[in-house]
Amino acid sequence: MVDVLQILSPAGEVEANELPEGLGDELLVKLYRQMVTVRTIDTRMLNLQRQGRIGFYGTCKGQEAATVGSGAAVEMRDWVFPALREGGVLLLRGYSLEQYMGHLVGCSLDPAHGRQMPCHFGSGEHNFLTLSSVIGTQILHAMGAAWAAKIKGDDTVTLGYMGDGATSSTDFHAALTIGAVHKVPCVFFCQNNQWAISVPFSKQTASDGIAVKASAYGMPGIAVDGNDVLAVYKATREAVERARRGEGPTLIEAITYRIEGHSSSDDATRYRDSAEVESWKQRDPIERYRAYLKRRGLIGDEVDGEIHSSVKQRVDAAIKAAEAAPPPALETLFTDVYAVTTESLKAQYRDVATEDGGGTNEGAFPL
Amino acid sequence: MAEITIVQAVNDALMEEMGRDEDVVVLGEDVGVNGGVFRCTADLFDTYGEDRVIDTPLSESGIIGAAIGMALYGLRPVPEIQFSDFIWPAFDQITSELAKMRYRSGGQFTCPMVIRTPYGGGIRGGHYHSQSPEVYFTHTSGLVVVVPSDAYDAKGLLKAAIRSPDPVLFLEPKRIYRAPKTEVPEDDDYIVPLGKAAVRREGTDFTITCYGAMVPVAVEACDKAADQHGWNGEVLDLRTLVPLDEDALLASVTKTGRLVTLQEAPKFTGYSSELSAIVAEKAIDVMEAPIRRVAGFDVPFPFTLEHVYMPHADRVLRAIEDVMTYE
Repeated sequence: MVDVLQILSPAGEVEANELPEGLGDELLVKLYRQMVTVRTIDTRMLNLQRQGRIGFYGTCKGQEAATVGSGAAVEMRDWVFPALREGGVLLLRGYSLEQYMGHLVGCSLDPAHGRQMPCHFGSGEHNFLTLSSVIGTQILHAMGAAWAAKIKGDDTVTLGYMGDGATSSTDFHAALTIGAVHKVPCVFFCQNNQWAISVPFSKQTASDGIAVKASAYGMPGIAVDGNDVLAVYKATREAVERARRGEGPTLIEAITYRIEGHSSSDDATRYRDSAEVESWKQRDPIERYRAYLKRRGLIGDEVDGEIHSSVKQRVDAAIKAAEAAPPPALETLFTDVYAVTTESLKAQYRDVATEDGGGTNEGAFPL
Repeated sequence: MAEITIVQAVNDALMEEMGRDEDVVVLGEDVGVNGGVFRCTADLFDTYGEDRVIDTPLSESGIIGAAIGMALYGLRPVPEIQFSDFIWPAFDQITSELAKMRYRSGGQFTCPMVIRTPYGGGIRGGHYHSQSPEVYFTHTSGLVVVVPSDAYDAKGLLKAAIRSPDPVLFLEPKRIYRAPKTEVPEDDDYIVPLGKAAVRREGTDFTITCYGAMVPVAVEACDKAADQHGWNGEVLDLRTLVPLDEDALLASVTKTGRLVTLQEAPKFTGYSSELSAIVAEKAIDVMEAPIRRVAGFDVPFPFTLEHVYMPHADRVLRAIEDVMTYE
């Protein structure tokens, strides 16, 4: 296994390494606010799912440092190719909470017209690709988009996220193989949260970690303490700069832990030991970072309460708006299949609009 | 006018479109220095360089997934899958990602690109160099599926496909890649519009639907029907399978009242089954005989007995005789 980069000790002290370049006080506090925001939204959304007000949810809980630290290390002109747990990166890039909640509810406020189940965010304006549920496919898109940027002579970098399960996919292999051969400006970021639904990392691969795989593909592999936001930021920032200099891709493995189940449909107590979960809760990325910022005097005792109440207020307002908004217009069932809606799709729309109106909406995931 | 092959037509279209639009790039296995195993990408590498004519590692999913990323970012990739029999590793990328990108993002992200791939039998290629995979893709909403049948269409349809805002699967009939030749206008930037069928032989007694390498078979069968029976058949070359030119199909059967469908893919749930269903739903009252489907058999594509598997003019003629003598 390669050495694991850590800046912030579990006690919240900065160890041997110095703070990464570019991390001024303002950004240090912003990272914290964003991590707490992500946790607050997750808690609220999981509750809403339990109340039956949204259909599905997958939290980022325990992985806030890995998500926020990496997302903060790219520029707005860069492109992000997310997996399931990176909605926080979209918010970090300035996405509106109204649209975010609109998507989770699946109403007409969702720019994608409620076409996918919750947590499949995307925004063209924010260079944040609308994800699919298919594991690993986006790794190739991140690589291909980076390749296109290189061909066009842009200095754009792409950030492609994946979980540890996705590293077993054929598309992971293809993306790293091709990306390294053509030295594309892509950062492959693996959130190794130890579990792919119920399959532990030890049954995902016999490899000694993910980062070590990079050397066979011909690129640097960096292992980083994924619960240390400063180390994640530093590792990602350096990989982004390396890509922007034309030196090719990097594979980053953020070693972290999925505190909740895979999703709202999953009961993790069926397959994993609560002692393991408790031990990782002791390494909570937010607690650890809070201790550091407090020691530095960058935040006070009141900050958490203030973030919680402001996020709660904004989320509640956004949820209210989303729940009050009408469902997507019937015609959105048929638009965007092609650039111009075909005659046969128009005919199907006319049939539904004039005679049918659609069946009753009683579906619940999972069935 | 010059007489050229389909291979030359594909090459001309690529050469011209790459010259017209610098965002057009070609990628795939052996497409660069080697110019493609069928020579469809010959001379592109020397003309446009290694940044735009790219030899990729051997990974079909990698080729298509990379092309999707390129298209998202603003290029117009034209990936080649060397034989359509090898497209399956990319099936997930094509059906889960490429076809759904516009829809799932509400039009925020699109992937205009053309996947070129040779398909079909009659070249002594056995299981894995002969299959006709069109129906796996026509069943997936969001894809345009095109099958040219001669050099004029190959060039004009490929140029239209490259300019299309939608992802296109461009199936090239490799049995007729090099013969016969067709006249194609020189120095003429023509396109053939997507979604429009062509009547290859006008007739009033029966209709044969077909596409790709089955078009010349259909014409030959019609000629035999005329010679042997004096029947005058109409050959409808669909050219684009999705979107289907339904108006042309219904107009032809309304005129003739008899339909033989022809495809080389296996018969069961084939593309012709959809054509038959459309005619049954919308034009049954004008039909004077049951529809007959001529197709490949429901077996893996054979090697030694390929000539038995492949639909030929005499087999089509027997179906014509069935629909013409039905009482």
